[in-house]
Formats: sequence, C-alpha cells, structure tokens
Amino acid sequence: MTEQRPEGAPLRHRKTITVAVSLKLEKTHKTPGATLAGETLILDLSGALWLPEHRTLVVSDLHLEKGSAFAARSGQFLPPYDTRETLANLHEAVARLDPACVVCLGDSFHDAQGPARLDVADRALIAALQEGRDWIWISGNHDRAVQDGVGGRFADTLTVGGLMLRHEPADKPEIGEVAGHFHPIGKVAMRGRAVRRRCFVLDGTRLVMPAFGALTGGLNVRDKVFDDLFPGGFTAHLIGDGRVFAISRTMLTRE
Amino acid sequence: MRTIDRAAIPRNRPARYIPGVPKTSSPAAPARKSRSRKAPSGAPPATGTTAPGPSPALPATLPPAFADWFAARGWAPRPHQLALLAAAQSRRSALLVAPTGAGKTLAGFLPTLVELAEGSGKGGLHTLYISPLKALAVDIARNLEAPVAGIGLEQRIRIETRTGDTPSHKRTRQVARPPHILLTTPEQLALLIAHREAAELFRGLKRVVLDELHALVTSKRGDLLSLGLARLHRLAPGLAMTGLSATVREPDALRRYLVPQYPEAAMADLITVEGGARADLHMLETGRTLPLAGHTAWQSMPAVYDLIRRHKLVLVFVNTRLQAEYTFQELWNLNDDGLPIALHHGSLDATQRRKVEAAMAAGVLRAVVCTATLDLGIDWGDVDLVINIGAPKGASRIMQRIGRANHRMDEPSKAYLVPANRFEMLECRAALDAVEEAAQDTPDPRIGALDVLAQHVLGMACAGAFSEDDLYDEVRAASPYADLTREDFALVLDYVATGGYALRAYERFAKILRGPDGLWRVRDARTAQQYRMNVGTIIESTKVKVRLARRNRTKPGAVLPAGGRVLGEIEEDFAETLTVGDTFLFAGEILRFEGLHEDEALVTRGAPGTDPAIPSYAGSKFPLSTFLAARVRALIADPFEWDRLPAQVADYLVQQRRRSVLPGPRDLLVETFPRANRYYLACFPFEGRLAHQTLGMLLTRRLERSGMRPLGFAANDYGLAVFCTRDLSERIAREPGFLDGLFAEDMLGDDLEEWLDESAMMKRTFRQCAVIAGLIERRHPGLRKTGRQVTISTDLIYDVLRKHQPGHLLLRAARQDAATGLLDVTRLGMMLARIQGRIIHKALDRVSPLAVNVMLEIGRERVYGEGADEILAEAEAALLGEALA
Repeated sequence: MTEQRPEGAPLRHRKTITVAVSLKLEKTHKTPGATLAGETLILDLSGALWLPEHRTLVVSDLHLEKGSAFAARSGQFLPPYDTRETLANLHEAVARLDPACVVCLGDSFHDAQGPARLDVADRALIAALQEGRDWIWISGNHDRAVQDGVGGRFADTLTVGGLMLRHEPADKPEIGEVAGHFHPIGKVAMRGRAVRRRCFVLDGTRLVMPAFGALTGGLNVRDKVFDDLFPGGFTAHLIGDGRVFAISRTMLTRE
Repeated sequence: MRTIDRAAIPRNRPARYIPGVPKTSSPAAPARKSRSRKAPSGAPPATGTTAPGPSPALPATLPPAFADWFAARGWAPRPHQLALLAAAQSRRSALLVAPTGAGKTLAGFLPTLVELAEGSGKGGLHTLYISPLKALAVDIARNLEAPVAGIGLEQRIRIETRTGDTPSHKRTRQVARPPHILLTTPEQLALLIAHREAAELFRGLKRVVLDELHALVTSKRGDLLSLGLARLHRLAPGLAMTGLSATVREPDALRRYLVPQYPEAAMADLITVEGGARADLHMLETGRTLPLAGHTAWQSMPAVYDLIRRHKLVLVFVNTRLQAEYTFQELWNLNDDGLPIALHHGSLDATQRRKVEAAMAAGVLRAVVCTATLDLGIDWGDVDLVINIGAPKGASRIMQRIGRANHRMDEPSKAYLVPANRFEMLECRAALDAVEEAAQDTPDPRIGALDVLAQHVLGMACAGAFSEDDLYDEVRAASPYADLTREDFALVLDYVATGGYALRAYERFAKILRGPDGLWRVRDARTAQQYRMNVGTIIESTKVKVRLARRNRTKPGAVLPAGGRVLGEIEEDFAETLTVGDTFLFAGEILRFEGLHEDEALVTRGAPGTDPAIPSYAGSKFPLSTFLAARVRALIADPFEWDRLPAQVADYLVQQRRRSVLPGPRDLLVETFPRANRYYLACFPFEGRLAHQTLGMLLTRRLERSGMRPLGFAANDYGLAVFCTRDLSERIAREPGFLDGLFAEDMLGDDLEEWLDESAMMKRTFRQCAVIAGLIERRHPGLRKTGRQVTISTDLIYDVLRKHQPGHLLLRAARQDAATGLLDVTRLGMMLARIQGRIIHKALDRVSPLAVNVMLEIGRERVYGEGADEILAEAEAALLGEALA
C-alpha cells in the first residue's frame, strides 16, 4: 500500500488513509493534459499550469501576505506562515519543472503593502526563485499598485504562443484566454460525503485557474459567474490527493 | 413553570450539612503544597463540629414576615432552606445538592430576600443569579414575583433579567442603575465583567446563585463562568456563592468551583438533601423480539402509544433529533384517538418550540417527543410519565430525565426505558441497576481550556489595565485553572497580544499592549468591540433554514423560492450532502429537497407514502458512559445475572457462548471471520462510539501497514468491525503476537499524530477553539454571506499552522479538546491499558451473534477508509461514461 503521490507533490495534498482508493489509483493514468488554442496544457497537481512547449509555469492568485494584511486591517492574527507555505509550494513546482519563465497571474500580493511587509527570508526566497529565469507579475485587482521592489517584470497581460494570459477573464469569451481571479472550487457529493477541492475550469475556449495561495478560499463553480464565463458548459479539473480529476459540470454540486 | 411555592410543602426531610474549609485560615506555606484536587481536610460528616469563625450551625433567623408567609400557606421552611439561609447569614459559600422538587430555587433566593427585607442591601446590585438557559432566568424572575409579593417586598426589591434579548438601552440602564437581583447567563456575566464600569457595578455584590451548576461546569461555558466568578470574588471581597445542583458523583468538585482556589485550596459548605422518593422505573417489555441493531424502536411504538393514552402528560425522550422525528412520525401513524402529541427539538423554529412549551404548560398536550432540549430547567406542566426511547447512555443522564416526571419530591417519578435492540436491553438493565443504587456517572471536573482563557484575558483588558501577576493569581483562583502554570499563562497572554507566533510578525498590530507602568491595556475601542461581538463558548454549527417552497405551476418540477414558511434549521454539513429530489424526515414530515437558495434549503412536502431516502440517523450524540459500559461488560460476563435479563437477550448470550466466547469484564474479545470474499475483525471494547471510531481509524492504519489491505470499518457504541481483503485468522495463527501488536498502546503515538493531521473532526475541533479564542470571527446570523471567496477556511489555517508551528497554543487547545471530546482519545488510552495481555481471540468460520450488531452498521454509515480521491474518481468515471455513450 504505497502512497501513489507523484514524486515531489506538495505536502498540502497529503494522501488520506485510504486503501480502496490506492488500489484503484494504481491503475489510473497520469496528470491529464488538455489543449487550448493549439497549445498543450498540463494541469499540475500543485495547482499550477505547465506549458511544456514554452517551458512556462503559470500560477494564479498567490495572495502573498494575506495573513499580515488581516492583522493590519482587522486585528485578526492568522498564522503568518501563509507566504512561506505558498512560496514553498511554488518552489517545489519550480524545482521539479525548471521553467524558463514563471508567470504569476495576478493577485500575487493580497494588498499593495504586501511587498513591504514581506519577511526577509521570504523576500530572499522570491529572489532565489527568480534566479536564472524570466519572471512576470501580471497585475490583479488586489495588487495593481505593486509595480516594483520584488524583482521580475510587470505587465497587465501576456501572450504566450496562442494563449492570452490575464488576471480577470474578459466579459466576452476569447479563444486561448488563461485567467484566474475567481478561485474556482468544485464540490462532489456522493453517498453522504462531500469533497470540496480547488479546480481548473476549462472549455474549448478559455481556462480559469485555481488559486495557488495557501490561505485562499474558493468560489463554487456552480456559481452563476461560471455560467456566464462558460455559456456552453465546462469541465472542472479537481485537484485530488493523488492526481487531477476531470469532472463534468453535472456531477458538481452547489454549496 | 418552575413553581417555587410548591417546593415548600411541609414535609421535613433531613438535610445533611458539611461545613467547607474555612476561607479565612492562615495562608501558611504548607497549605500551598496541598493544592491538589483532593480536599485538604476530611470534612466531618456531623453537623457543624468544626470551623473557626462563624459557626455554620448557627440557627438561621427567619424574619417574622417570612415566617408568616410560610405559615399563611400552611407550610414550614424546609431544613435545607434554613441551612442555606444560615450559611448565607454567616457569609459562607455553600453548595446545595438536592433532587428535583426539593425547592432548590426558593432555598437559593431566600437569603437574598431576607437580607433585602432587612434593608442591608441599601442600593445597588445585591444578588446575581446565573443559569445555563436564558429561558430559565426569565422563568425564575416571573416565579419570584409570588413570594416577593406575598412577603410584601414588591415595593422594595427590583428584580430584572439580562439576556441576549434584553434591549441595549435597558442594558445600559442596568449598569448605571442596577436592580437588586439580576438574573442572567454566563455569557452576559462575561460581558458585564469586561465592562469599564464593572468594578463599580459589582463592588457591593453580596451573593451569587448558580442554578443547575452540575450542568454548567461540564463544558467550556463552565470554564468561562469560573473565570468570571474569580473576577467577582476579587471585585466584591465579601461575596458568598450558592450553587444549586442535582445529585452528582463528586460534589467536592463543585464545592471547589464555588470558592477561590488561590492562595489556597478551599471548598464551599455542602448541604445535601437525601433521596426523594424512589423512582418507579421499568424497562418496557412488549414480548416482541427486538432486532440485533437499529435505533428506531418501531416494535415498541404501539406500547408507547398505549402508555400515552393511559397518562395525562408524557415526555418521550430520545437521543437525537432524527430519532425524535422518526418517533413522532410513528406515533402519529398510530394516533387513532387524535391525541395532541407534539415534537420539540433544537432544530425546530424557536416560535414553534415556544408554542409547544406554552401548550404543555396550559395542559392541552398529552405527549411531547423531545431531545435533550427538555433535559434541563423549566417544567412545562404536570408530567406524569417519562419514556426514554433508545439507549440510556449514562446513569446520571437518565436520572435527570426521570426527574422531569412529577416534580413533587416525595412522590415517585414514573418512567419507562424502551430499548430499541437487544444490546440496548443490556444497557437498560445496567441503567436500571445504577438508578436502583443511585449510582452517578457525572463527568470528571474539567481542566480549564486555554482558548477560553484567551477570550477572558482580552475581556479583562477591556475592563481596565491589569498587571500580569495579579491576573495570573486571579485566574488560578478559578478551580478549572488552579493548576495553570505561569508559562502557559504567559503563552496565553502572548497569544492575545500578537497571536503567539514564533515568527513575530504582528508585534506592531498587538491587541493588548504593556505600558511603561507594566500594566496591560486593550489597544483601542475597535478591539474591545470585537471582543464583545465574539464573547461566549457556544459555537453553533452553521445552519441553513428549511423553507417550504411552492411548486411552480407553469414549469413542472420547478419551485418558487419565496413564500413558504420556515420549518426550522438543519446543519449546513447535512444540507451539503443533499441532492435535489432527496427525501428526508424533518419537523415531523417527509420533505423533498428542492435545492439551496441563498441561505435556505427549499423543500416541498413529500407525496404520501414516500419513504425518507436519506439514512439520516447519525447515531447517538452521547457516548455510552464508562460507568454503564463497565456494568454492561459485567452483565455479559456473569451468566448468573442473565435471569434478570429479558429471555431473548439471555438466549442471545447463550448463543454467543456456544458459537464463540463471552469475554470477562476486563477482557477484549476479538473475533476474525471470513464473509463474502472479505475478512473481518470484530472487537467489543464497549467504550462508546467516539472512542471506537478513533480506534477504527488507528487499526485501519496499522492493518494497512502490515499488508492486510483493510477496506474500511464500522463502529457503534459497543464495538467495531474492520474488513480486509487478506485473511486475518491465518495471519494471527501464523504470527504470534500479531494481535497484541495491533492493539498495542503505542498506537496513540505516531499513528494518532499522523491521523490528527488529516482528521476532519480534529479540524472541526480546531475551528471551535479558533472562534472561542478570537482568531477568527464568529459568523453572526444575518451578517454572513459574503461568499466563500473571502471567508477564511479554518481547515487551511489548521494545515498551515500545524506544519509551521505544531506547538501553537490553539493546536494544544484543540488537542486537549480532542482527548475528551470528539475523538475520546483519553478513554481509548484507558481501554488499551486495560486490555494489555487480556485479548481473547477467536477465529470463526462465520459471524458470531455478538458481531452481528456491529456488522449491521456497515453500509448504513459511510465507510471510513474511503478517501476523497475515490469519490472524485467515481465522479470522473461518470464523465468518461458520458463520453463513451
């Protein structure tokens, strides 16, 4: 009964003590791939998107320094380890895939003062991640005001091959759009049990990425927002313990 | 209504009086050493033989107006009422332990009324009354009116209540111009002592009366209250506490609770009222054969209905809301006479509950099916029979419930226990024996929770500046915190100030700050406001309203969200597992789930004849008490006892002895057997469902590691069954010591640690600690709904914190809770220690009679080995099927 976790999968997705499951998983296939606008997409178990042809890693909604933002704003002392945790997960993905370029798809910081509150060690970790590769911060609604001081380049949108990367999906479907912003999660309820997981949401036209940050919540994909974004329906790719599962909209339940 | 008058019927029952350890003995150094949980001195059983200072035996002086009032009604004060008066007149704290109907409440207030009548109160707050239920506080206030008027005090004594429902202008006025007697709840006390005017308000306080103390002290509310009382003792140095309690196993724990434990341990005086009439208690025998499992007791419903027909007002107690729903439904199906039978449980709409209570009081009901919501407090009418359906679970619990019938102490309460299966017959027999001996199994005294202390510390900063040393000494005066170390206190203080993180990120946002004078103060008014919004220890599970929807006529199958009335609330967790079209029992009806709309679950009435599809019985909320469990084991082990059992149970045990073996009272029987291509391990620890679930998780892990390929397990109050794909009997035969290794005590080490990492129950426990300690804010009804995107998931916080600072205060608090609460690790530990070297293994070729009981749980519950990925894989397969179709 060995764990079927792919080597180096983040600890956050520790396998639960299931046996029946691992029996089945031994026979299951690898992380699913998909294509969008002719580009190959690898939906990584970490919640990142890997574009092998461009050796580009895309992560969305890191919300770094969310914990300290709460402390500053409302006196709620969430564990100040969220930045460390998020960066550790990102480090794992970077070490495994060795991308030439990393794109942070907006809301990388929870607020404009986030970079100023970064712990010295976390700041150093970001610098180390950026070492030897291109790094692009796409601006999001939370961190539009962040324009320097954390290395890398800044942009509002980015084109990678046939893909258009931006933080917030456009109102009108645009072929090849990759966005974040909504922190999609999908919920499957079965036999008196509900499983709620972050997910990639995909149709033939666009992709909405899950949030990568350690303390980020989610919005159920059955919310009306997603009906508007995907008028023709979608497939949600839920991040399981051992792999990513492609699940049809009809199997997903509301909150 | 709790009628105070009736309590004073002129029959004099002896009251036993035991003086407490004097408050004023010299604080000599050796006394500090004996600050153990045991009383420093054996309290003499005789009346008032010791105690320097004012003699507790000093006869109480009852002013003429009071004596006249008693006489006018043909009554005489009871000895315990006078004893309590005497204690109060000597300014001594006292615990009154008396059975239901002994006139506890009047006894509690008599000293106050006497003092106020004599004019010693001057102005200001004289007596604070605290009850666990706000309804009880309101009820007592109403019932005090009669004696107050009868004695002619209504012009001189002002009595008010203060609960969450009291309007804010009245609350403000109550602080500025307090009544003589204020009746309130533990939460309101916490708010009052955190008030800036608290010192002024409580300076002249003379007495505190704590009602239903036995029920208050068993939870975190009791911890919070104890801290509040410690503050009151400091603000009002002459303060005397009076505790009113039902019979408990260890009255000394309550005596300590009432008086400061620092600088030295002490106990309040004890006044005990013996006995009361013996209960007229039976197990209901219908002559029908009961099943081996199941909790519905449907076979007994005609007999229950018959009992209702032959009595005036019957309380039918059940253990869970869903059992209540089922029982109510069954009784209605039988109700050919159209008897007025009602339903009362915590999920019903409050106005609906009030209606039922009023109808009971008015005497128009013949029976009420209820859960623990009617365990405590108020008497709504003249109940002449109590029926308890299902397992009794604990001796003290069942005695409390029986006491709800017939509130006259000198007449027997009449009650029936109704077992739902053959195991419950054993449990009922054990409970009958326990009641016969008046044996109690109330829980042990609590060790004060750290999350509650954190809440209190912030509250004290809101009240005013404090010094660390003083507050530490004050907190140690509260008995649950008597053993709190200085280190832990400092950790709590650090947590309140900046979150208690090793990574000191929040220094500049500190909530409490130490000034140059060394005193701690709250940061600002906003922090104080946050404290007030989050006070209390009761964390309601998030609920959604259940609303009747109207069918949309134009669109068959669709419903209109608006319009219908609200039937009550269901837990969000339960609602989340429902899919459209599911039928379930609620509010006495079969409902069809139509979907969630905003914060409401929309339902329609199920068509006649629909069966509820959701197997919603969630088991008993209360685990079998250790005490009753031991008795059940003893019953099973001793064949000479079997003739006291119903014949069908005795036969069943004989069958078990023939097919397998019956374990001794301290043994653990483990059976292994094959069935339908699986291999089962069944064992019978009798330690309650929670402990068994934890054991099941840990055994599954261990079996997995040893290559037995376990698939899942099922547990109930008596035992558990694990099922594997490999042959367990063969492995045990081949490998001596395998079984001992499997049940070794070290499973509570690493295996438990690993499991805690991912246990959903542990996360739920953590969430409660986080809310109580103020890490995350309470969700207030009406204020929620900002979308999940912005709420912070405590599960994520738990994961991050556990990884980066496993020793954090809140994780310790959650762990302490888990030990006794949802995971019952403490009890499991005791069981594992008990059975070392006492495991009896039987390899069988098929399931034994005993094992059938737990085997029947399989499939009814979810399988615990089932992980998230299996569910997801199944959902994915549906997509593949779609694609291939």
